[in-house]
Order: sequence, then structure tokens, then C-alpha cells
Amino acid sequence: MGALQSLPGRPEYSDLAEKTGFSFEQIGVLHKRFKQLSHNEETLRRDHFNEIHDLAFNPIRAQIIEAFFDRRNFHQDGEGKVQEIGFEEFVVVMSHFRPPSDHMTEEQREKTRREKLRFLFNMHDTDNDGTITLEEYRHVVEELLSRSGTLEKETAKCIADAAMLEVASISVGHMEPDEFYEGITFEHFLKLLDGFEIESRMTIRFLNMDTTTLCK
Amino acid sequence: RTVSHGSSGRLRGLFLVMVLVFLESSVFTLAFASSDQHSPTTAHSDGHKATDHGSHNNTGKAFPVLDLNYENVRVPFEISLWVLLASLMKLGFHLVPHLSNIVPESCLLIVVGLLVGGIIRGTGETVPPVLDSKLFFYILLPPIILDAGYFLPIRPFMENLGTILIFAVVGTLWNAFFVGGLLYGVCQIGTESSSILSRIGLLQCLLFGSIISAVDPVAVLAVFEEIHINELLHILVFGESLLNDAVTVVLYHLFEEFSGIGTVTLVKGFLGVISFFVVALGGVLVGVLYGILAAFTSRFTSHTRVIEPLFVFLYSYMAYLSAEIFHLSGIMALIACGAVMRPYVEANISHKSHTTIKYFLKMWSSVSETLIFIFLGVATVAGPHDWNWTFVTVTVILCLVARVIGVVGLTFIINKFRIVKLTTKDQFIIAYGGLRGAIAFSLGFLLEKDHFPEREIFLTAIITVIFFTVFVQGMTIKPLVELLAVKKKQEAKRSINEEIHTQFLDHLLTGIEDICGHYGHHHWKDKLNRFNKKYVKKCLIAGERSKEPQLIAFYHKMEMKQAIQLVESGGGIKLPSAMPSTVSMQNIQPRPPTKPAAERAIPQLSKTKEEEIRKILRTNLQRTRQRLRSYNRHTLVADPYEDGLSDLFLKKQKMFQIEKKMNTYLTVPAPPPDSPTMCRARLASDPQAYSIKPALNKVPMIQVDLASPQSPDSVNLLDEFGQANQQEEEEQGLMMKPPSRPREGKKPGEEDEAKDQQKLMRCLSDPGPSADEDEDGAFLP
Repeated sequence: MGALQSLPGRPEYSDLAEKTGFSFEQIGVLHKRFKQLSHNEETLRRDHFNEIHDLAFNPIRAQIIEAFFDRRNFHQDGEGKVQEIGFEEFVVVMSHFRPPSDHMTEEQREKTRREKLRFLFNMHDTDNDGTITLEEYRHVVEELLSRSGTLEKETAKCIADAAMLEVASISVGHMEPDEFYEGITFEHFLKLLDGFEIESRMTIRFLNMDTTTLCK
Repeated sequence: RTVSHGSSGRLRGLFLVMVLVFLESSVFTLAFASSDQHSPTTAHSDGHKATDHGSHNNTGKAFPVLDLNYENVRVPFEISLWVLLASLMKLGFHLVPHLSNIVPESCLLIVVGLLVGGIIRGTGETVPPVLDSKLFFYILLPPIILDAGYFLPIRPFMENLGTILIFAVVGTLWNAFFVGGLLYGVCQIGTESSSILSRIGLLQCLLFGSIISAVDPVAVLAVFEEIHINELLHILVFGESLLNDAVTVVLYHLFEEFSGIGTVTLVKGFLGVISFFVVALGGVLVGVLYGILAAFTSRFTSHTRVIEPLFVFLYSYMAYLSAEIFHLSGIMALIACGAVMRPYVEANISHKSHTTIKYFLKMWSSVSETLIFIFLGVATVAGPHDWNWTFVTVTVILCLVARVIGVVGLTFIINKFRIVKLTTKDQFIIAYGGLRGAIAFSLGFLLEKDHFPEREIFLTAIITVIFFTVFVQGMTIKPLVELLAVKKKQEAKRSINEEIHTQFLDHLLTGIEDICGHYGHHHWKDKLNRFNKKYVKKCLIAGERSKEPQLIAFYHKMEMKQAIQLVESGGGIKLPSAMPSTVSMQNIQPRPPTKPAAERAIPQLSKTKEEEIRKILRTNLQRTRQRLRSYNRHTLVADPYEDGLSDLFLKKQKMFQIEKKMNTYLTVPAPPPDSPTMCRARLASDPQAYSIKPALNKVPMIQVDLASPQSPDSVNLLDEFGQANQQEEEEQGLMMKPPSRPREGKKPGEEDEAKDQQKLMRCLSDPGPSADEDEDGAFLP
């Protein structure tokens, strides 16, 4: 019941709700969380994220945090990184993980798919050149294996190489021995994860009720 | 082979099978006839002894050169006959053209059972009560359930666990009470008070309802396996059929006891609810315990690989039996045992044991399923039956109606909580796929006549419902699936990219949940994984593999699979013809601009690395020397002793395909056609030989330039091979031809040697049934 009282300025939320598709209650909950993370300041910085205790165990923690500060994810056609984000950007990044709504046309579903895959792509493509090069992909695999205990650099390289090979075979097919595959473009990425059903897999449940007081 | 024979071959085969079946049925009837004519065994053996003595005393009587003694072998003989019949039937169905497309196998098998039963009855013998409940529950059912549980796809199962549980528990309860209650109402109201039906009490009706309402895993498996629907629907219906066993067990015992006693108290009802939880969770607990035991045992089997599969089967069967001791749900115990032990056992056992387990399970479950359906047919003929039009038709209709209402109602509630909603089409398939099978019949058969005078009516109704669901629903579900354009099962791609992204997504979603601040199911899954990795794996998995992250394990598995496939297809994949257009390693490696066109990349190997490689090659070749005596890639084309050219052709085709696939996984480009030493190393169709990989660090391509006279080291190598050479003089293929074509070198993979040694250990320590290496000759194509 406290949720209703902690919704200041509801008209602000309406355009956020429209932009991102969240409901008012969900935005309220997120706002509360935002305030909690930022210690009631207006903006979030990277060190605020670093304070989240549960994230410490996550092997790709750095990339997740970077994703929040990446202008490409703000839906404003910007590029590059920022140092701090406001609530609006926070919600926009979170909206990438919204479950697909019940009645979506095929077109809307495709759009959601592209959006989510674009988010993933941006996470991999750290230097922002529009392609995921072998080095970047290797970095991804290394990060994934970084918490496994043993630093399996060789095998990580193998795996990344094999994966790259597969993308190249799927996307390009025929290559002369002296051609060079530059990197995974967004279109190739789409083709690669075609059967992945990303629109239902890349979602979390956003609650209408405030449970943030139950956990850190 | 079969394909090339054409339809005449198939018909011929079919005819032969029919002859065999005919012979067998006649033996059957003979067996039954003779067993009746013989006096009981003891008297017979006495008589036998008497005649023996008689023959001793009576020197005039001739020594029985050929004697007939059937009684001694009767039981095993009949069992074998039944199993043989079942297997021949399976053969026969696939030889008849088009039949297996129209009619599902289960229907055909029931018909066969009916025929056999009819034949036996026709000859005047009493049909044996083959579908004995003990036989069914303790021998026929466990293999099928174990097969299902061991290979249960855990991920979709866990993701949909809530839905499955609701369907299994609430759905079955609803079905049972609806059918039982309405049936009682019909019996009381719809018929005259003197009719037999009105004497059926409410409890009996409820008991009947609970028996008939459970979806049967055997029937579901049999039918759904042939229609290949998408994973979600498959796991929903199948999971429901597995998990509703707990409900069925509880309801059955509950009502059986109530009907026996005759009074129902509230306390008893409450105890019934509690007993449900005990049965379900207890069964799972027993299964988990045995699963952990099995996993722990498998940790120490590295020196006795041969009996590894036996442990898996034994522990699972004991889990089932132990659960049955306490009247817990045996099926759930079996599923839990298989699912729990699988990841750890598979990390511990050798590749051959894994294959053995897989094939034995498939074989047993297949035979069991066939037998069950045949016995259903026979049991139908055996009777005893009591056909009652009202009862039977009302039962069938009520079952259908209850199922539809149940599914629709529950889906409405479930969809509020699901991310991926269930569409109407999905609901229809779920409702239509609710098949009943032999479990219902066996449970009915278990009923005692004194408590249930209407047992025969029940049995008849149960059989009718089973026939209806298996025949009508089983036959029509395939065209309906086509008609409704239900999403089919996607071919399992299981590519490395999807695996990487699955893991990536898992971590990403957990991270986002943590940032959001609520502990959703990703969070708990992550916690469980971490716990698993930290404590459980260390206990249950032997040696180094306990630390292997999932991604790496997956990658190794893929590589191994590709390697074995490659080798089994006949060795060297590169043909003298032009290389097919696949992308290879060099296409993705960023090249320094001064590199010449991909002719001969000079290796930038350190001396130590080269030495390692040489050592590995040496050990490789020594091992493979004996095996390769009769098979040489270079004489492949010209060898007159080799199998027919058609075989060759098929092999070449396979090689093309495998090469394509291979390039995806192995970071080595296809080797050139004439690096015979390397080809040799891979020709030995033994994973050991293949999995030894030289360790490199820098360049993906390595030239083991054996024939080049420049490097002094290579001369040594030549000598080594020169030795091997002398032993196989007839194979000129071993000649070190100077490489004339662009070599892209061969390097099966970049890995640490320690890893390889360990992998080698795993392969080496499994010599197979005999330590003789030539045993593996069977693999040679």
C-alpha cells in the first residue's frame, strides 16, 4: 500500500510509461530502487552499481554495468559512454527486458526482437564500430569463463574461434582462402540467433509491488 | 543398404518376417498345448526318473537319443518367445510401406496382441494372464520411465515446472472427481434401482475416476514421439504424465482403503492430503538419494569401466523399488534419480559407457513398450469382460469432457503467470494428447474382486477408454497437428554460439534482477548453480573435471562428437578434388599484411612446442600402427579388396558433409590430401588417437613439414616414420611425398597438453571388454 504514496508526480511517469511500456506501478517501483541505489541523489554512477553486493559473483558484471552507461542503449541515437545516468535512462535500459505484451502483431514482435538483440550486440561490440571482431568475441568468452577458477585462456580462445567460424559459415558461406571475415555485423548477429526466441528468453518479471525492501 | 534394395527387397523382408511370426505363433500354441498335456512338473520329473531307472534296469529299451523335455525351459522359453514376437513385429511394421506413417505403432501392436490372443483362444487354450500387475509394474514399466528420466531435458522441464505441476496435480484431481462424481450420479439416477450399476457406491466410482483420469506416460511417449511437436508442448504433456503418478498413487490407495472400510472421516481426508505431499516429496527424495549415491560411485569407476552402466541401472531400479516399499511414488523416484545423477555420472564415465547406457536404455524401453501394447491386446481377449453400454459410453464421454474443461480452465489461470502464454492451439494439443494407457489397466487389474464386485465392468470400461484414446486420438493427432500448423520440433542445432549466448543471457538476466532488486527465479537458479559448483561437483565428480565450466565441457563434447563422426566416416576428409567452399580458420584470423597467399605458412613454433608435437605424433603412430595394416587412405581408391564402390561413394558424400560441419567446430582447416602421417593418426577409428592434440599458442596453422629437407629436426621425424614405414612395405601411401599443394597444415585444436593427457587417460582407461587393442577393429569401416 505504501507504493501509491511513494509515487510523486505521476504526470512525469506518463510519458516514461508511454516511451517504455511499463505500467505506473512498475515505474514507481523502479524509481524507488533507483533512489535506493543512488542514495537519494539524482544520478547514478558506476560506483553505485559496484556497491550492489549480489553483482559481485557475476562474471560479466563489468559489461552489464557498462551497458547502463552506453548511449546506444538510450534510444536516442547517441554514441559513446556517459559517466552518470538519470532515472529516465535507467528505465529505458530496463525496458529492454520487458516481457512481450500479450497482443503483439508480427511486426511489433520483430521490432522487439531487434531491440533486444541490438542490446546484446552493443554489449559485445565495445569499440562501437558496428562489428564484433574476433578480439571482442574472445573477450566475451574469457569473461564468461573468468569465474570458473582456472584461467583457461587457450580454451577460451578455441571456443571463440570456433564460434566465429560458425558465424562466418552461416552468414557468408563461401569464402576464398584469402578473404578475411571482418567481424560479426548486426545483420549476421540477427541471423545467428534466429532460432533463439530472444523475445521471451531475454525478459525478467517486473513487479507491480515493491519488494525491494526485502532484499539489499 | 536397405534403401538400395528397393521395394522388392522390402516386400521380401516383410514376407520373411511374416513367416517367422507364423512359425512363432504356432510354436506358441504348441507350447501352451503341450504344457497342459504334461502332468505337473514334479510328477513329470518323477516319471522321468522312473523311466531312467527303468531304462537302466531294462537293458532292452533303447537309449533316448532325442528326447523332448519342455517343462524345464518352459518359462524362460515363453518369455523369450514373447519378446521375440514383439521385436519381429517392430521389424515388420517398418518394412510395410506407408503403414507406419498412417497408423501409430501402438495401435498396430495392440492389434497384434488381439490377433495373438485370438489365435490362442481359437485353439481352445486359455489365454494366459500376461498383463500381470506385478510383471507390469516391476519389469515392464521401469525401463521406460528410466529412459524418460535419464534423458529428460532439464532446462525446459524446470522452466515450465509450475505449469506442469498444476496440470498434473490439479488437473488430475479435477478429472478424478469430475468423472467419478458424475458417473455415480448417472449410475444412481439414470438406471433402475435393480440394475447392477446402481449398486456401485460413490467411493467405488471415485476410485474408478482416479484410475481412469491419469494421463499415461507410455502412451504419450509412444504417440508423441512420432509427431515431433515443439519442445514446449512435448514437455508439458509428458511432464504431466510423469508427475501425475503421485496423485494417482495417493488417490488410488485412499479410495481403496475407504471403500474397504466404508466410512470416510474428515481426519482421513486431511491425512489423505498430507499423504499426497509425503508420497510425492518422499519419492523425489528417495530418487535424489540414490542419484547422489550413483554419482558418487561413478567417481571411482575409472579402473573398472566395464561395469559403469550397470551402476546406473542398478541404482535407478533400486530407487524405484525402495520407493515402492513405502508406497511412495516410484515413478517420481526414478525420474529424480535419473535426472540428478546424469550430469555427474556423465562427467565421470567413459564415452563407451555413455553409449552403452544410452543404447541399453533405448533398447529396453523400446522392447518394454512393444510388449506392453501387445499384452494389452492379449489381455483384452483374455477378459473377463462385462460390457455395460451405459457405463462405458458415459465414461468415455466424461473423460473427454473432463479433460477439455480441465485444460481450458487451468490454462486460463496459468496464463496469468506465464511469460510465454499458451495459445488455443496449444491447449487443444494438450487436451487431445491426454492419452490413457496400460497403467490404468494394471491399476484396475489390481482391484480385488471381493471388495469390488463390479471389477469387470470397470476393466471393460478402462480398456474401452484406452482403445479409444490410443486408436482414435493416437491416429488422428498427426493429421491434426499438420492441419492446425502447430509448431514442430526444431532440429537440434546446439551450436557453440547458442551455448555461449545461453550462458551469457543467464548471467545477464541474473545481473539485471540484482540491479532491479528483486530475487526472481534467475537469482535462485544462479545461487543453486554456484552451490553446485562449489560443493557438490567437488564431491561427485572425479579429478580435474570437477572444475570444468559448462561451456568448456560443452565445447569438448562437440569436438569429440565431430572427431568420432569424422573418423567413423572413413578417415581422411580431404579429397583430391577442389576444396568445397567452406570458411576456414584463416578467413577469420586477422592477418599481418605481409603474409603471402595461403600457401605455406611457416610455423612460428618454439622448439619445445615442436618437440611436444613430435612426441605426441610418435605415441600416436605407435599405437595406430597395428590397426592400419589393411586400410590405407591412399589405396582406398584402387584397392580391389575394399568394399564395393557404392560404399565408397556414400563415404565420400559423408565426408563432404562432415568436412563442412567439421570446420565449424575444430579450429583446424581441412588437412591436405597428402599428409599421410596425419591422416594415419586420424584413421585409427579410436578416439584416443584423435584426441591427442599438439599444444600451440600462437599460430592457428602449423606445418609439420615432414618431407622438407631444410629443417634438421624433420629428419629425425622422418626416421621415426621410416621405422614405421618398414613395417608396412606394401602400403606405398606411407611415402613422404613432398607436399606440392597448398598445405594448410593440421592442428586438431589448441589445447593444453595436460588437458589432452587427462582426456587421453579417460579414453585409455577404457579398453573395452578386452584389453586387446585390436578389439577396436570393429570400428573400422
